[in-house]
Amino acid sequence: MHELGIAQGILEIVRQYVPEAQAGEVRAIKMRVGEMSGVVPDSLDFCFGAIVADTAYRGAFLAIERVATRCRCGACGREFSVDHPAFVCPDCGSPRVTLVAGSELQVVEVELAEARAEAP
Amino acid sequence: MSVVTIERKVLEKNDTIAAQNRARFAQHRLFVFNIVSSPGAGKTSLLERTIEHLKGRLRMAVVEGDVQTDFDAQRVARYGVPVVQIVTHGGCHLEARLVQDALASFDLAAVDLLVIENVGNLVCPANYDLGEALKVVALSTTEGDDQPLKYPGMFRNASVLVINKIDLLPYVNCDVATIRRHALQINPALTVFETSCTTLAGIPAWGEWLAAQVAAARA
Repeated sequence: MHELGIAQGILEIVRQYVPEAQAGEVRAIKMRVGEMSGVVPDSLDFCFGAIVADTAYRGAFLAIERVATRCRCGACGREFSVDHPAFVCPDCGSPRVTLVAGSELQVVEVELAEARAEAP
Repeated sequence: MSVVTIERKVLEKNDTIAAQNRARFAQHRLFVFNIVSSPGAGKTSLLERTIEHLKGRLRMAVVEGDVQTDFDAQRVARYGVPVVQIVTHGGCHLEARLVQDALASFDLAAVDLLVIENVGNLVCPANYDLGEALKVVALSTTEGDDQPLKYPGMFRNASVLVINKIDLLPYVNCDVATIRRHALQINPALTVFETSCTTLAGIPAWGEWLAAQVAAARA
């Protein structure tokens, strides 16, 4: 249950890009959350709602894009999705695979309702 | 509607501090591992047996992470090993900042092997780098042989698997070969040990492997 800390981290990052004066304009915060990130989207959504409620950013909400786990085979180069827990290449059977997607936990962008904002 | 591009990792602050910890460990040529498991798998018992095995050969220090109490630190302190207890007060994992603060209590120049015992939890600690050289996941035979498939993130991020409480195999519905097969399916690069902290089976092999890691870090 560390989604509360993650939610605080998200708000902290958004604060660096959108100053308090513009806080009321923040709407969707686009997130990329991998299946292997250990974060439960519903729980993160709930925690974020709870922590912004008492701040000037209370109009903000999370728009979470779930990223499926994908691997690349080190032997044959094939890229494949891992939908059951087995990190083995389906083509050549090699276990020498590296994770290329699925561990993301990123703030991608924020949408502002009215006035323009500029990144620092 | 306008859009502000951000593209930042939420855990980047933790990662930055973890990198600082790692640089400090490298400066002192210290071998550091982060041991993780579910609650009650025997992390602290394994540490006690490890301390006994390496006594007089390596200078160890331990950071203990728990949600409440300093019971584990008291156990380790009885062996005369420098130990700091981090109490997370509900936090489900250790973060790099907590470890950085704990390091202030040690003379790192007088340590060869630093062990960070994480909070008992097979989920969250997988994603928090503390600056360690590698993660060791301990799994006890009483937990069942399907744990690696249930917690793939942890087994994928670990380098070593210690299958503990093998003395209980006659009494539990668990097959070590199945644990190995499931774990290697998630992470074929895992180094696997089988131990019992009661009979001491497997403790010498594990201890000697650790001693070799420490020697490599010193070289």
